Amino acid sequence: MKTETLARLQAERAAQNPVVLLTRLSDGAQHLWPQESLPDALADAARTTLGTEKAASVTIDGEAWFIHPHNPPLRIIVVGAVHIAQAMAPMAAPLGFEMIVVDPRRAFATAERLPGVSLNTDWPDEAMAALKPDARSAVVTLTHDPKLDDPALDAALRSAAFYIGALGSRRTHAKRVARLKDLGHDDDAIARIHAPVGLDIAAVTAPEIALSVMAEIVAARRGAALGAPRPQPSEARISIGISA
Amino acid sequence: MTTDTTHSEDILAIAADWRAAGEQVAIATVVETWGSSPRPAGSRLAVTASGRLMGSVSGGCIEGAVADAAKQAMATGQPQLLDFGVSDERAWEVGLSCGGKVKVFVEPLA
Repeated sequence: MKTETLARLQAERAAQNPVVLLTRLSDGAQHLWPQESLPDALADAARTTLGTEKAASVTIDGEAWFIHPHNPPLRIIVVGAVHIAQAMAPMAAPLGFEMIVVDPRRAFATAERLPGVSLNTDWPDEAMAALKPDARSAVVTLTHDPKLDDPALDAALRSAAFYIGALGSRRTHAKRVARLKDLGHDDDAIARIHAPVGLDIAAVTAPEIALSVMAEIVAARRGAALGAPRPQPSEARISIGISA
Repeated sequence: MTTDTTHSEDILAIAADWRAAGEQVAIATVVETWGSSPRPAGSRLAVTASGRLMGSVSGGCIEGAVADAAKQAMATGQPQLLDFGVSDERAWEVGLSCGGKVKVFVEPLA
């Protein structure tokens, strides 16, 4: 690989642009797509690998090519620079996620508490408008405070985020559901929210809860059944009050 | 926003860092697999002429042979396509005992 090609590839990745590296295996000649225009067959193969996120060897016009997609990083947008966010932070990067923490409470959102994490101290509605969660984004609310969590959940439900999770007991969530309905979200939309957040591993400590949340996000990202939204408790069950 | 979370899987970033520090570097990439090969296509290993290694193309079975080929690629400036498999005598010698087959492309960073 030419150092110049590597530099261009890294620049595109840093700018969060999808980029595909195509290598001709006979001589190592390389191209970046879509930054360079390529013959249709190569461009089509490149587009396919971005969609599947799977690198592939293909033979086109008698030439063997290795086609290697690099999608922008998956993101976890966490609202609340709280102890669970601190425990999630060191797990995010090795799992392939960029983690962004939103919290307007500047005493919480500090680089000392969250080293190596992108911090955003705007109010969640403004932060979410700027961050624009997409299908490669997970959104997790951890503050317990409706003033902070609700605007983030409202924005997340209007986005294509592949995972939405909210910390809080079933009782807290039932109240939250009522508020989100007032904002115009229907049952199907609200069913996208994983609440209580995280897989049920009887987690107690912040690192255990962080692990359960990260595991659920990975399951959702990989399409495992564990990552599918759980059915909402019925109204009847909520009305008799289930405390968690 | 800061993105200083260069994670351990980003072998290209490591290769770029090594190169910027004046090391000779080669990159090995799994380009094709069959059967129970341990690492998927796209897995990378960065190697320096001084013998530093980061990443993985096989979970250990063939790393030594790939590193040797990487040093050769750095010396000649030529990329190489390596083929390993249990049915392959060379692969058996280097110990791809985990089964499967794997093709690895080794290229100098020039």
